[in-house]
Amino acid sequence: MRILNPFIAVLALIAVGLVAAQVPGGQALIGIVLPYLAFALFLGGVAYRVMHWAKSPVPFRIPTTCGQANSLPWIKQNKIDCPSTRLGVIARMILEVFLFRSLFRNTKAEVHEGPKLVYGSSKFLWLFAILFHYSFLVIVLRHMRLFMEPIPGFVAALEFGDGFMQIGAPVFYQTNAIFLAAIAFLFLRRVMLSNIRYISLPADYFPLFLIFGIAVTGILMRYVFRADVVAIKQLTHGLTTFAPAIAAGQISPIFFIHVFLVCALLIYFPFSKLMHMAGVFMSPTRNMINNSRMVRHINPWNDPNIKPHSYAGYEDEFREFMKEGGIPVEKE
Amino acid sequence: MYGKGRIIPALIIFLGLMTSPIWYKSGEASKMPKPEKPKDYTECVAPTQEMRTSHMVLLNEWRDDILREGGARTGKTPNGTEYIRSLQNGCMQCHSDKKKFCDACHNYTSVKPYCWDCHLQPKEAM
Repeated sequence: MRILNPFIAVLALIAVGLVAAQVPGGQALIGIVLPYLAFALFLGGVAYRVMHWAKSPVPFRIPTTCGQANSLPWIKQNKIDCPSTRLGVIARMILEVFLFRSLFRNTKAEVHEGPKLVYGSSKFLWLFAILFHYSFLVIVLRHMRLFMEPIPGFVAALEFGDGFMQIGAPVFYQTNAIFLAAIAFLFLRRVMLSNIRYISLPADYFPLFLIFGIAVTGILMRYVFRADVVAIKQLTHGLTTFAPAIAAGQISPIFFIHVFLVCALLIYFPFSKLMHMAGVFMSPTRNMINNSRMVRHINPWNDPNIKPHSYAGYEDEFREFMKEGGIPVEKE
Repeated sequence: MYGKGRIIPALIIFLGLMTSPIWYKSGEASKMPKPEKPKDYTECVAPTQEMRTSHMVLLNEWRDDILREGGARTGKTPNGTEYIRSLQNGCMQCHSDKKKFCDACHNYTSVKPYCWDCHLQPKEAM
């Protein structure tokens, strides 16, 4: 059920998009009203979540360290995995954001005959995660050809590199295939590995199905059902210039399904685990300097009226009672 | 709110990047391409909308059929007009100006077909 329900939800979204594309007025609703609404919700939602997170105080240093901390001079510090300087944290964050370093450390545990528990490195999650994210980035940037006029040079460069193999017309993009393969892996990983399946929830499967649906409808639109790109750009570029217009009868329904799914993703985004896009920058376990031994961090909401109370002071205050109760005291 | 000094600028950069297509000013908003239609002919090898979406598929089919399968060089429109199945000698006979026809939409949608890696562009070739 945890797999089936999100799958049905995505099928329902596709059906809604398909039906709405045929209903009079439905195209304007999905093509113009919904994208504006979804985009506003996406931006507002992300900003809200980030501001909300920023309200949580993190008075103490809580980085997860994976290496030797700054210590005595002859002990070699791991400057990136246990950074004690701002520069170290910046290096750590750059590696995390751009290369998914924490996934690179992914391990697997297996029970062998004996019984013997064996830990090993498992790089597949890292590999397919990085393929997935960078393909997604390239695909999104390639779409800028529909939103910008004149089209910036980087889009043409990406299209050239992506269609380098010059297969077919319209040309085949490698990222499309890599993207689908990576989603398939990320899905199969959740289904095939019993321990991952056990902790997987509908909220894990739904974005996978939704993004898969977006990719498939996009690929179908490009290679199979064929959409009128000029009419589509008239609409999409119209959206960015606030003068959207739909050329009647020229855009095939597959486009509206695609757009509907993308809008669903944008709306779903701020409410979901996909917020790791902003969260990766905001994780105190990763973006804090590990300098607890160098700097005294004082809890900012400590009541200044409550003075520190040492044990010596405590004993001074209660010595007589302690003696009466037979509790040993340090000073007679 | 904590960390204002970093979070607010980061959010502003994020919002700016996300909405960059809106700020990205194009000389003239949504200037649609108007490919120049041939004056002497009124009918293409397939209906207009089909040609708009799938002409590249048709060209690939012609190539495969003629060069690899030994297919016929000529075809007939639904109305019975005979045409040559060829980019240079067929398409370009009517749509003679690549710049005013092909490039109009291709530039608008950032499509760079590699037809012209081998085929000569009429007029421009000289």
